[in-house]
Amino acid sequence: MSMPSADELFKSIDYNPPASGWMETPVNFAPGNWCYPAKKDMVAYLQGYMPDAFGNPREWSPGEADWKLPPNWKEIVMNGFRERLDKFRSLKVFMDICVRCGACADKCHFFIGSGDPKNMPVLRAELMRSIYRGEFTLAGKILSKLTGSRVMEEDVLKEWFIYFYQCTECRRCSLFCPYGIDTAEITMMARELLHLVGVNINWVLEPVSNCNRTGNHLGIQPHAFKDIVDFMVDDIEEITGVRVKAPLNEKGHEILFITPSGDVFADPGIYTFMGYLMLFHFLDLDYTMSTYASEGGNFGLFTNNEAMKKLNAKMYAEANRLGCKWILGGECGHMWRVINQYMDTMNGYLQGSHMETPRNPITGTVFHNSAVTKMVHITEFTADLIKHGKLNLDPSRNDQYKVTFHDSCNPARAMGLLDEPRYVIKNVCNNFVDMPAGTIREETFCCAGGSGLNTEEIMEIRLRGGLPRGNALRYVQDKNGVNMMSCICAIDRATLPPLADYWAPGVEVCGVHELVGNALILPGEQERTMNLRQESLPGFEDEDDDWTPPNM
Amino acid sequence: MNALYSLVFVFILVLIPLFGVGAGHMDFGFGVCIPYTAFALFLSGFVAKIFGWAKSPVPYRIPTTGGQQLPYDPELFKQSKLDNPSNGFQTVLRMILEIFAFRSLFRNTSTSLHETKDGPVVAYASSKWLWLFAILFHYSFFIIALRHLRLFLEPIPFFVNGLEFMDGILQIGAPVMYQTDALIVVGLLFLLLRRLVDAKIRYISLVADFFPLFLILGVALSGIWMRYYAKVDVVAIKELAMGLVTLHPHVPAGIDVSFYVHVFLVSVLMVYFPISKLMHMPGVFLSPTRNMPNDNRFHHHENPWNPDIKPLAYESYEKEFGPFMAEAGLPLDNPENAKAPEEG
Ligand code: SF4
Ligand code: SF4
Repeated sequence: MSMPSADELFKSIDYNPPASGWMETPVNFAPGNWCYPAKKDMVAYLQGYMPDAFGNPREWSPGEADWKLPPNWKEIVMNGFRERLDKFRSLKVFMDICVRCGACADKCHFFIGSGDPKNMPVLRAELMRSIYRGEFTLAGKILSKLTGSRVMEEDVLKEWFIYFYQCTECRRCSLFCPYGIDTAEITMMARELLHLVGVNINWVLEPVSNCNRTGNHLGIQPHAFKDIVDFMVDDIEEITGVRVKAPLNEKGHEILFITPSGDVFADPGIYTFMGYLMLFHFLDLDYTMSTYASEGGNFGLFTNNEAMKKLNAKMYAEANRLGCKWILGGECGHMWRVINQYMDTMNGYLQGSHMETPRNPITGTVFHNSAVTKMVHITEFTADLIKHGKLNLDPSRNDQYKVTFHDSCNPARAMGLLDEPRYVIKNVCNNFVDMPAGTIREETFCCAGGSGLNTEEIMEIRLRGGLPRGNALRYVQDKNGVNMMSCICAIDRATLPPLADYWAPGVEVCGVHELVGNALILPGEQERTMNLRQESLPGFEDEDDDWTPPNM
Repeated sequence: MNALYSLVFVFILVLIPLFGVGAGHMDFGFGVCIPYTAFALFLSGFVAKIFGWAKSPVPYRIPTTGGQQLPYDPELFKQSKLDNPSNGFQTVLRMILEIFAFRSLFRNTSTSLHETKDGPVVAYASSKWLWLFAILFHYSFFIIALRHLRLFLEPIPFFVNGLEFMDGILQIGAPVMYQTDALIVVGLLFLLLRRLVDAKIRYISLVADFFPLFLILGVALSGIWMRYYAKVDVVAIKELAMGLVTLHPHVPAGIDVSFYVHVFLVSVLMVYFPISKLMHMPGVFLSPTRNMPNDNRFHHHENPWNPDIKPLAYESYEKEFGPFMAEAGLPLDNPENAKAPEEG
C-alpha cells in the first residue's frame, strides 16, 4: 500500500460530515482500514483458559462478507450486553446521560486526523448506544428511529469492529465531557462483546496468549530472554567499561523489577533498559527481574476483564515465589493504568504477607502512595534518588539532545503521573522544552498506536491519528530545535518513531531512563566517548570520522 | 429534518390544550388530572432510573485524572487536588465545581486545521461559548423553577422573595421583567442554533436532542406570554396551585387558556424527563470517572463480583521451559524440570 505524503494526507482531512446520516453511511472494509484478525490457534489457546470470554476460534477475514459468526451470535452479544450493564455502572450511566453536546467531538486524535465522523467519541459511543436504546429501553423500542435507536444486525457488529478498533482507549474525550463520559470505557465493553463472538484482532490476542505462556508479549522464551539481557550487559560494558549485573529469577531479593518487554526487545526501548540496569548497578540495588513475569504491559486491558486479571496476577505470584518485598515498575503506559486502577481490586488478595509498603533502600523514603499495590513507578524512584543527591550525574552528556516529553495517555489520564518524569529529565539533561499547552500533561495526545493498534497493516490510520502529536512535535522542532522526544511508555517507543518520521522528520524517540543512563557516572567507568546508542558524544566526533574498518 | 420533526411535535402539543380548554372546556382535566399524572410519572420514573443505575456496582475505581497525582513527596511535587482528588473531601469539591460551574466544559477547546508556509498546523483555541450559554440556560431554568415556589407555598419563603427581587432588579416594564425569562430564551436559542449551524453537531443531533430544546422553549415562551401579554390572573393561579399541593384540587374560573398551554407543556416535560437524556441532571452525580478519588494505590477497593481467575502457574511454566532454563543457567525450583521430556 502506498502511503500519501504528509502534506497530501493533511489536505485530505475534511471535517464536514457526509450527506447521508450515519446509520445509512456504509463502513469502509478496504484493507488498511482494519487490523488482521487473531490467528486461530491463539484464540483456541486462550479459550482453554477462559472458555467464556472468547468466541469460536476460526479462520476469517474482515474483508469478506461472511465473518463466520456462530449461528446464535446475536443472542450471545445481547446477553453479554445485558450482563455488562448489570456489572458496570459506568456502562449503564454512560449509555443514558450523553446529551450529544459534542464537546468531545474534536478531542479525539483519530477524528482530528481523519475527519471521519464515526471517530468523534460521541458518535463512536452512539454506535453502541443506538443498540442499547433499541434493545433495552422502552422509548427506543416504541419510537425506534426517532430516538436514534436500531436493532442489532450483522452490519452493526461489523461497524463496531472497525470503530472500536479505531479507538486507543486514551481517555482524552473523557477529560472534556461535562459528565465524564469515558468513551474508552465504552470501547472496552464493546471489545469484550466482540470477543464473545470471536471478532478480534491478532495484535491484541497474540500478545495476550504470549504473555500467559512465555511471560511476555513477544513470546520470548526464558533462555532467549536471558541472552538478550546479556547482550545488553555486553553493550554497556563496551560503552562504560563496567560490567553490570542483571539478575534473573533469583530468590531472596528485596525488589522485583518489572518492565514492558518492548524495552528488552526493540530499539529504542533497549537503551532505556540499559539505563535501568546501569542505575541499579550504580545503587547496588538488591533486586531481581523475572522471565515468568517479564511483561509489564497488560494486553488484557484491551481484551476483557478476565484476561487483564489473569495476566496481572503474575506480578504478585512471582513476587511471592521469589520472596520480594515490593515491586518496582518500569516505563510503560497502560501497565500503569492497570496497576493504578485495577491491580489491587483484582488481585490484591494474592499478595503474600511478606510484601511491604515500598521503601527506597537508598534514601529511606517510604512510598505511602503505593501502600496497597506495593508498586512504585521508576520515575518516582529515580526522582527520589535525585532529590536526595544519591546519583552522580553529568547532564552534559545529553547535550546533543534538545529534549521534549510526550505524556503517555494512561499515566496522564488514569493516574496523574505528570511531574515526576519531567523532574528526572530536567536533572539529567540541560535542554528540555515542553510541547505547547493543550497537547501535553492531562491534555496529551495519543501516539495513535495504543490499545493493541501498533500494527503495520493500519499504518495510515495510525499516522492520521498521530497528526496532533506529530504537529505539536513539529512545532517545538521548528521553534526550539527539539530533536529528541522522551516518553515513559514502551508502546510509545514503538509507535512514535514512525509517527515522528512522518510528521516531524529528524526527531528521535527515547525513554527517560536512557537519558538517565547517559548522564549517570558509574564508579570505575572509562572515559565515555559515546552514548547508549553508541553515537559519539559531543567532542568525540573526530575519532569517529578518522576510524576506518580494519580490513580495508 | 430532526429539528423540523421536533418543532412540529411541539406545535401539536401546544394545540392540544388550546382545543381542549378553549373549545372543549376540559379545565379540570388540563388543570388537575394531567399535572397530577405527569408529576407521578416524573417522580416514579426518576426514582426508578436512579435505583436502576445504583443497582449496578462500580467494580473498578476509574476516575479521569486531570492533573498531578498525589505524589509520594508533597514537597517535591504539588498535587492537583481538584482535578486529581485523593480523598473524599477533594472529590466532593471536584463534583461541586463540576455541577455548579461546569468545570470540564469550561476546558473546552476547538480544533482547526491551517496550511501555513511552514507546513500544516493544527490549532486549538479556547472555546467557551458552549459553557457560557449552557450555564446561562441552566441557571436561568433553575432560578425560574425556584421562583415558581411562590405559587405552591404559603407563606412564601424569604429566599423566593429575595430571588424574585434580584431577578427583577432592572425594573423594566410592568409587570416587572425578570432577567432570567430573557436569558433562558437566549440560552436556548444559542443551543438550538449551534445544533443547526455546526455541521458536526447537526450530524449527531437526534430528534431526542431537538425536541427537549423546543419543548423547553415552548414552556418558556408560553410562560412569558401569559405573564407579560395575556396578563393572567395570578391570584386564581395560586389558588389552583395551592389546591394541587394540599390535595384539594379545584379550578377557579377565568384563567386564560395560555396558562393551560404552559401547564400542559410542563407536564409533557415531566413525563419525558425520566426516559430521556435529561436524566444527565441526576446522572452527573453518579458518573464513575468523576465521583471517586484516585486512591487505588493506597486504599483497597472491592469488586463485588471479582471473578476467580488465577495466573498461569509458575510450575507449569517451569515444566515447559525447564530444559532451556537450565541450559541458560537460570535457577529452577524443581531440578527435575531440567531434563528434556524425552530424557525423563
Ligand atoms: S462531551 Fe459527553 S455529553 Fe457531550 S457529546 Fe461527548 S460524551 Fe456526550
Ligand atoms: S478514548 Fe481516545 S481514541 Fe477513544 S474515542 Fe476517546 S479520544 Fe478517541
